Amino acid sequence: MNQQDAVNWILSFQKKIESSKEYLTDLDQAVGDGDHGINMNRGLQHAAGVLHEKTFETPGDVLKAVSTAFISKVGGASGPLYGSAMLKASGSCGGKETLEDEDVKAMLRAAADAVQARGRAERGEKTMYDVWEAVVRAAEEKEDIDWQHVRMKTAEAADATKEMQAKKGRAAYLGARSIGHLDPGSVSTRMLIESLAEVLESGDS
Amino acid sequence: MTKILLVSHSEKLAEGLKELLQQMQPDVDIEAAAGDSGGIGTDPDTISTKLQAWKEEEIVVLFDLGSAWMNTDLAAEMSGMEEQVTIADAAFVEGALAAVMEAGFGSSAARVKAAAEAAGSQKKRPEA
Repeated sequence: MNQQDAVNWILSFQKKIESSKEYLTDLDQAVGDGDHGINMNRGLQHAAGVLHEKTFETPGDVLKAVSTAFISKVGGASGPLYGSAMLKASGSCGGKETLEDEDVKAMLRAAADAVQARGRAERGEKTMYDVWEAVVRAAEEKEDIDWQHVRMKTAEAADATKEMQAKKGRAAYLGARSIGHLDPGSVSTRMLIESLAEVLESGDS
Repeated sequence: MTKILLVSHSEKLAEGLKELLQQMQPDVDIEAAAGDSGGIGTDPDTISTKLQAWKEEEIVVLFDLGSAWMNTDLAAEMSGMEEQVTIADAAFVEGALAAVMEAGFGSSAARVKAAAEAAGSQKKRPEA
């Protein structure tokens, strides 16, 4: 993964969020304050603008810029969560120009740890951490990352939030009434990982 | 004296609470960091600015909802002020009132936080 792959990753994520912002907002209206799609779209529009304007040397630089966009433009809980994930992911990349699979695994682990630390989340609480945790496990299963497997596990983890009762965030106030609704942050995190898989799969072979 | 920062999704809520608290205890410094770009929400940059104005001080933060806490945590990190910033997990109104009274006695941030966190379980209506 080089800096161009990192840019393509985020631009692909931006397109996915833009085309599903109403869907994400609908999901968030059921369990939260109904702004997830709008907030994420605003942050990613801004990030895409920065990525088009500036040139970057390394994947770490790209993710640092994306982190800043999330922290200053997204708001809600997603801003600090995605922002912290990207910041720690960037730190994990260091100054490397190209990331090998080992580095990508470390980057994903750093992002997952950041989400867990920022949200004080544990597995099974119906948060985006459920997806991050599954992503890391799936990526680490094989020496060379099997992206098809990662996608499958990511999708499963996002879908599994539907039957969970929320223990964190605004949705926790709903108690048992949160059951039956997908967690919006988990659905958007799935899109982030789908985008990464698309970019890195095509570069693999 | 320990400073009190009110972090809220709503500017009106934070300003109203600040007004109420200041009337109870005018000697404690209370600030509000509330709203996001003029609307509902919290913003780490707004919170950092308020924290940095008290760079050398002990600060106890009261917040309204979970993501306000997350953004405060992030703002404290961004400002390199993790050591000075204590976040109380308390009822916003009752906790802030207890915090301000405790701060007024010259108590440490740890004691102010403890007072705020204990306030939520207190009955407000006298027993009949």
